[in-house]
Formats: sequence, C-alpha cells, structure tokens
Amino acid sequence: MIEPERDAEFIEKAQKGNKNAYGEIVKLYMKRAYFSALSIVGSHDDALDLSQDAFIRAYRSIKKFDTTKSFYTWFYKILRNLCLNHLRNKSNRASNFSEILDDFENIKDENQNTDKMIEQNETKKIVWQAIWKLTPEDREIITARDILNTSYEEIADLLQVPTGTVMSRLHYARKRLQKIIEELQ
Amino acid sequence: MSNELDRFQTLLNKALDNMLTDEERIEFNSLLASSDEYQDKWNSIKKIKEITKTMKLKNPPEEIWDKYWLGIYSRLERGIAWILISIGAIVVLIYGGFKAIESVIQDPTLAWFLKAAILMLIAGGTMLLVSIARERLFIRKTDKYKEIIR
Repeated sequence: MIEPERDAEFIEKAQKGNKNAYGEIVKLYMKRAYFSALSIVGSHDDALDLSQDAFIRAYRSIKKFDTTKSFYTWFYKILRNLCLNHLRNKSNRASNFSEILDDFENIKDENQNTDKMIEQNETKKIVWQAIWKLTPEDREIITARDILNTSYEEIADLLQVPTGTVMSRLHYARKRLQKIIEELQ
Repeated sequence: MSNELDRFQTLLNKALDNMLTDEERIEFNSLLASSDEYQDKWNSIKKIKEITKTMKLKNPPEEIWDKYWLGIYSRLERGIAWILISIGAIVVLIYGGFKAIESVIQDPTLAWFLKAAILMLIAGGTMLLVSIARERLFIRKTDKYKEIIR
C-alpha cells in the first residue's frame, strides 16, 4: 500500500474524531518527526517536545487536511515553523552546542588505530560545530541530505520547492559550511 | 571563467551526491584535471561529505517511543479540559456580572453617582475587552504574514 493510501484510512477516521486512529499516524511518523526537529533545534528535550506539539496542532487542524496529499509534507510545515519559531524565541542559543555534542554517537571502528580515531572524532566535532554555526535553514538542508540521507525529491517535497532550488540551496549551504570549517581550523 | 566556475560547482555538488551522468562525469574529471584549484575544492568538500556521512543522530531510549503517543493523548485531553473550564468560567462570570449590576442598580442605600460610577467602570472594562478581542481576531484573520518566520 502506498503512503497516502495507507495514511488516508487512519486520517479519515481521525477527522471523525477517532483519536486512536490518529495515534496510528503518530506512531508511523514519530521517529521521523523527532529526528527532523532534532536536526533543526539540536536538543533532545526540545525536539521531543516540539514534535509532540506539532502532532497536537496537526490533530486540531486535521479536518482541513486533504487526504489525497502526503500527511508528512503537510505535518512537516507545522513542525518546521514550530522549530524555527522556537529557535528565534530562544534567548541563549549558544547553550545548545554542548547538548548537540552529546547527541552524537562516536563511531568506533575496531580496525582503526586510536590516534586516527581521535583525529577523526576531533574533525567530526569541528564539522558539527560548523554545522551549528549555520542558519537554521542551511543546517536543516545539510542535515537532511548529508546526515539523515534524505533524497533531493523528498527534501523538495517537504520544503515545497522545486528540486533545482534544493540543489542550489544545498550548494550555497555547503559553501558556507566549508567557509566556517576553514575559519574554525 | 565565471561560467566555468559555476558549471564546476554544479557538477561538484552532483558528484558529491553521486548524481552525475556519464557525460557530466567526463566533463567533471576534465575540469578537475585542468586546475589545481578545482582539485583542492573537490578534495576539501569531499572530505566534509565523508565526515558528515559517518555522523549519526543518537536514538533516544526505546521507552521514549512507548510513551510518545500517550504524552500527545494526555495533552489533547487536557486541551479539551481547558476548553470546558474556559466556557464554564465565561458563563459563570457573565451571570455573576449580570447579577452584580442588577444588585447595584436595585440597592436603595447607594448614592446615584456611586451607582453611575460602578456602571461606567463595568461598561468601560467591557468595551476595552471587546475592543482588544476584536483587534486580535481581525489581525489573526487578515495577517498575510502570520506563517512567515520573521
């Protein structure tokens, strides 16, 4: 069953007030929503809270949703606005950095020597530091493509822009990232 | 030169994401071979891409997902509770206000100017509240930029 068809069944029930049907939709998309929020706000607690908040807001407007369209694309607009507003309103943005470092897994490769691993982890820290210095919009597109491995078409769908625009935004975001890394090294 | 650089940068991004066609790959390789500057740019951005590829966002503990929907369900329920409390409070306040005005008007011990002052206070307060509520509602309905992040 393709995505909109599968979702439509649950959403139509949710539109009639069936909360458990909406629960099924939430369970299908909760991880994706959480990671999308995390890549923008960079904090586990905030990502959890904002993604849940977005699901609540989406439920309140579920009657307006057109079941022939993709639920996640519609939902992502709500989530993205919430995350960007949250960052805009947050007074102490710099405090996020230490939280983000904890949000990364250190890849341990037993075949590599310790020195090389330490060096790689150091470089990884610099790159992530640079990613966090980008604007939320640049960070969103870089993490979507290069960390979450989202395809160009999917990013275009989520941001509701043509694929060419995604390519161009990604290009400029990567250029800015490269510049920040050079400054940090 | 600028056109060539633009073209190189387009191909560079496509190469990073493995999206080059065969013809574009040949063109990209020949551009790389033609300039040390292009080669340096490619090496540097490729290195960043290799690093970001190894980065993984940490998965939260499984119990977070078990409680995730429950958290939303509880918040939705609490939302309904707040709506009911608000409606109840508005009805009680309107009725209480009406009874208060009635008792002020019917109280023979109060001087006429005091009655008038109390009524003016209530009328002024009500007008102020209605005006603010109407303004908020109007802005919400007509603000074209409400969805835009400023």
